[in-house]
Amino acid sequence: MVESMTSSIQTERNLAALCTAALHAIHTASDLVVLDQVRVQYLGKNGELTALLKQLGTLSAAERPTAGQAINQAKVALQTAIDARKTVLEQAALTARLAAERIDITLPGRGHTSGSLHPVTRALRRIERLLGNAGFAVVEGPEVEDSYHNFTALNIPEHHPARAMHDTFYFDAERLLRTHTSPVQIRVMANQTPPLKIIAPGRVYRCDSDLTHTPMFHQVEGLLVDAQVSFADLKGVLYDFLRNFFERELQLRFRPSYFPFTEPSAEVDIQCVMCGGSGCRVCKHTGWLEVLGCGMVYPEVFKHVGIDAERYSGYAFGMGVERLAMLRYGIDDIRLNFDNDLRYLRQFA
Amino acid sequence: MRFSEAWLREWVNPPVNTQQLADQLSMAGLEVDAVEPAAPAFSGVKIGLVQQIAPHPDAAKLRICSVDLGEETPLQIICGAANVAEGMRVPVATVGAVLPNDFKIKKAKLRGIESFGMICSATELGLAETSNGILPLPANAPIGADFRGWLALDDHCIEVDLTPDRGDCLSIAGLAREVAVINRVALTAPAMTSVTPISADQITVQLAAPAACPRYACRVIRNINSSASSPMWLQERLRRSGLRSISPVVDVTNYVLLELGQPLHGFDLAKLNGGIEVRLAREGETLALLNGETVTLRADTLVIADAQQAVALAGIMGGAETAVSAETRDILLESAFFTPLAISGQARSYGLHTDSSHRFERGVDWQLQIRALERATQLLMDIVGGDAGSVVEMIAVEHLPQPPVLHLREARIAQILGLTLPSATIVDVLERLGMTVECCADGWRVTPPSARFDLVHEVDLIADIGRIHGYDNIPVSHASTAAVTIAAPETEFELDRARLALVNRGFHEVITYSFISPEMQTLIEPTAQSLRLTNPISAELSVMRSSLWAGLLQTARYNQTRQIERVRIFESGLRFRHDAAGDLQQPLGLAGLVIGSVLPEQWGESARSVDFYDLKADVEAILALTGAAEQFRFVAGEHSALHSGQTARIERNGQVVGLMGMLHPAVAAELDLNGDAFVFELDVAPLALGVLPRYAPISRFPSIRRDLAIVVDEAVEHDAVIKCVRTAATDLLREVLVFDVYTGQNIDSGRKSLALGLILQSCSQTLTEDFIEVAVRQIRERLAAELGARLRD
Repeated sequence: MVESMTSSIQTERNLAALCTAALHAIHTASDLVVLDQVRVQYLGKNGELTALLKQLGTLSAAERPTAGQAINQAKVALQTAIDARKTVLEQAALTARLAAERIDITLPGRGHTSGSLHPVTRALRRIERLLGNAGFAVVEGPEVEDSYHNFTALNIPEHHPARAMHDTFYFDAERLLRTHTSPVQIRVMANQTPPLKIIAPGRVYRCDSDLTHTPMFHQVEGLLVDAQVSFADLKGVLYDFLRNFFERELQLRFRPSYFPFTEPSAEVDIQCVMCGGSGCRVCKHTGWLEVLGCGMVYPEVFKHVGIDAERYSGYAFGMGVERLAMLRYGIDDIRLNFDNDLRYLRQFA
Repeated sequence: MRFSEAWLREWVNPPVNTQQLADQLSMAGLEVDAVEPAAPAFSGVKIGLVQQIAPHPDAAKLRICSVDLGEETPLQIICGAANVAEGMRVPVATVGAVLPNDFKIKKAKLRGIESFGMICSATELGLAETSNGILPLPANAPIGADFRGWLALDDHCIEVDLTPDRGDCLSIAGLAREVAVINRVALTAPAMTSVTPISADQITVQLAAPAACPRYACRVIRNINSSASSPMWLQERLRRSGLRSISPVVDVTNYVLLELGQPLHGFDLAKLNGGIEVRLAREGETLALLNGETVTLRADTLVIADAQQAVALAGIMGGAETAVSAETRDILLESAFFTPLAISGQARSYGLHTDSSHRFERGVDWQLQIRALERATQLLMDIVGGDAGSVVEMIAVEHLPQPPVLHLREARIAQILGLTLPSATIVDVLERLGMTVECCADGWRVTPPSARFDLVHEVDLIADIGRIHGYDNIPVSHASTAAVTIAAPETEFELDRARLALVNRGFHEVITYSFISPEMQTLIEPTAQSLRLTNPISAELSVMRSSLWAGLLQTARYNQTRQIERVRIFESGLRFRHDAAGDLQQPLGLAGLVIGSVLPEQWGESARSVDFYDLKADVEAILALTGAAEQFRFVAGEHSALHSGQTARIERNGQVVGLMGMLHPAVAAELDLNGDAFVFELDVAPLALGVLPRYAPISRFPSIRRDLAIVVDEAVEHDAVIKCVRTAATDLLREVLVFDVYTGQNIDSGRKSLALGLILQSCSQTLTEDFIEVAVRQIRERLAAELGARLRD
């Protein structure tokens, strides 16, 4: 009994010292590896606390529950301390890692940089989108045209002064480079039946080259043929289109003009987008910029394509894409568009 | 057409200022291009009379003039002009005067003699580009009067850019009618009287080509004073209209041309042989023209001829031989109507363009001839005197234009304009425009005036009504057209998507001219039949491109010469090629070029120049947009502009759809390109049939990967290996990829090592080792048997 008594007291004493030492070791463990060593030292299979547990068998049955409970409580306390310390150490390790992995986030990204769409394409896509939303389908046609589609069918007979005004590039007596995208409306009207609602974008050519003219440029032709189409409708579509293109409440001016394939015909001026109409170099101090030609499809044209002019009416309009792009993006020299200097192109990402 | 505002206001004088008048014209379809002062600003210039001239004692070229300015004492003015003469009336800039360019006149001493002003030349007053001496004024110029006021120089020259349909406005009379209509004011045309013929002197006229010239009027005027000169007011009006004064006969014909729009011509009667015949030229007949050129005529050209030969190109230009000169005593004055069809194209075909042809091509009022002839006679006789003969007029009535009677329906006006106007307004506009209007059941029957060649259809009248009413007064509406959904085939190749794909891969889009130099064309496609312009801007822009590479290469060079070494560009557009049958085709193409480093210079990546495979990835990305990447193959090909060992033909199911490769070093050298350039070009049309995505189920079971390293002959192509693997594999093979290609150490020369990754997966079970072993063995054995592949250790 004395032995066992001594033994019981001894166990308690040992337990307290062990706990103190263990807690100290836990709290001073500098990293997770050391902490784990501490865990093994006390709680491992051959650990010191485990050893105490194994000694329970040497205690009397009366002493055993108390001692067992004490050891178990110590075990839980140590484990809790280890877990807490582990969390602290893990957190510290993560913080250290994050600090070590800090980079200069202002260095530029690696790999390819994006290219750019040509400003003319950019303007064309915008035109196609705006008018496409209004239900105009995109149609394309050949650039080497015949004089029938480029002129005759558009009511520009041979020797007509209007034909001479076109500065046409010729290949031979019949074949030429289209001077406008209007021949596409002829091809469409000849092959389809109304209602028709199309736009024809593309390259056109004029034998003219100076500061403000390039021998090639782009046009978009628009055509709508249906029963009961009026000049007022034409004004409607152009008002909407131009205001949306420039994203401004622009004033428009419809000036009577002449195109052999439309009547009434008009040239459309917009309030100068550079000066707002007060007068500047771009609008030659008039406050107005001519941007479009338009009109109601002429009966002679309908006759050429076999559309009944009594049953149908229609409007057509044509615009120069470079002109619109230049006004939109502030480009002051049309020739820049065909120099293709990358320092120019990059500006239109 | 350029005209004087004051002249117009003599005909019609609405209560609007110059700018308003110009705006009105523009908004009526007569576009005003420029409004300029008739003379630059100057002041203090008076009309003086040179009373006496004395030589300057110390200067041979200077003379001392005593000039009467209507004041008590004449002024002493030193003058250096050779033409100054006693009794001459001249413009005098007095002390204090300010001439153009802010030139102030002060009291001066010239070689010791005082001068109190300056006698002016036309140039010094800004009235002419050049002048020969001082400006002599007519004897009726009022001494002492303000010169500027006397010549009414506070006027404007207005330039209108008339559209070809408005030939009727190529005159003061025509413009005045429009201005009167717009402003609802009356015309106040100057009185024009007919001259009573003094003689019965006549000349015979024969209309041998009546369809081209249905009316020809003329008159003989004898004994004109050939030393007379045109009066100052007339010269001034011509000058303000942009014409030079030449001689009274020419000036008067030009004046009437400007005033009424009728081109006239004066012949030297003495030089004409017999009567006038208006006929078509004889093929090959020659005619020396007023401008000094001699033309060889075609049989479709209308001429005025005398009994012997052609003496004028009808409606275009007179002949030199019968031209009026300083010696001319008797003239024949012509006023004819030539139909537009007879004249149009003719002037241009002879390289000519005159005020006369400009008007006849567009249409001259066919009822104007006699009036114009009388007007010219009247003016001429005021200047040069002479005895007017009676008017000869030949008419081929059946060939005169038939004035159309147009049926104008009231409902149609509303339908076309989208605007309902009161009937009274419509009739009023038409009548003010000079039309004859008659009521009918649904509208009116309208006869346009004879000057309006542009009114042919009902809609032309509607346009005129809209124009006078004002386009800005037409409402804005939105057509309610049928709601039609536009067909949009989903498998169509979208060029726009391809463009964006390239932009995202670092390419810049360019747009280059469709015409290139013959040298460039030869460099790229020496054997292609080229399409040449007959009238190019320059040789550099004379051949239609058959490939987009021309523009791309030029652009690459352009940028490299501007210190931009790395170029990634693309272009889409038509190319112009002849097919096997020799017919021109215009296929749409998409092409690109890369040169320089793969990536823009940057940190963390070592610089590497682009190679074939870099560009191939870009091409493959475009082909993948079809959704049918597996239909395309790259086959070793050849092209004269490309490197023979690095050229691929791109085929789709056997059809060639494009080409790519490295630019031939010789071509690159020719173009001075720095670095190896790689190019591609795709035909867009054959890409058009894409494949609609079709969902395939995704296996729930894990895939496994086995890698194989094999050694094959260097000549064995990647595609052959892949094809062999796929043929050998069971349907368990999901994917095969090459993840390394190696030659060098440990590999026999002439052989290469390929590392293949095989990805196997079943859709019904997790693969066991047995299955995998069988599948891989089959592949291995096939590779060994077919391609002599050896498994690498």
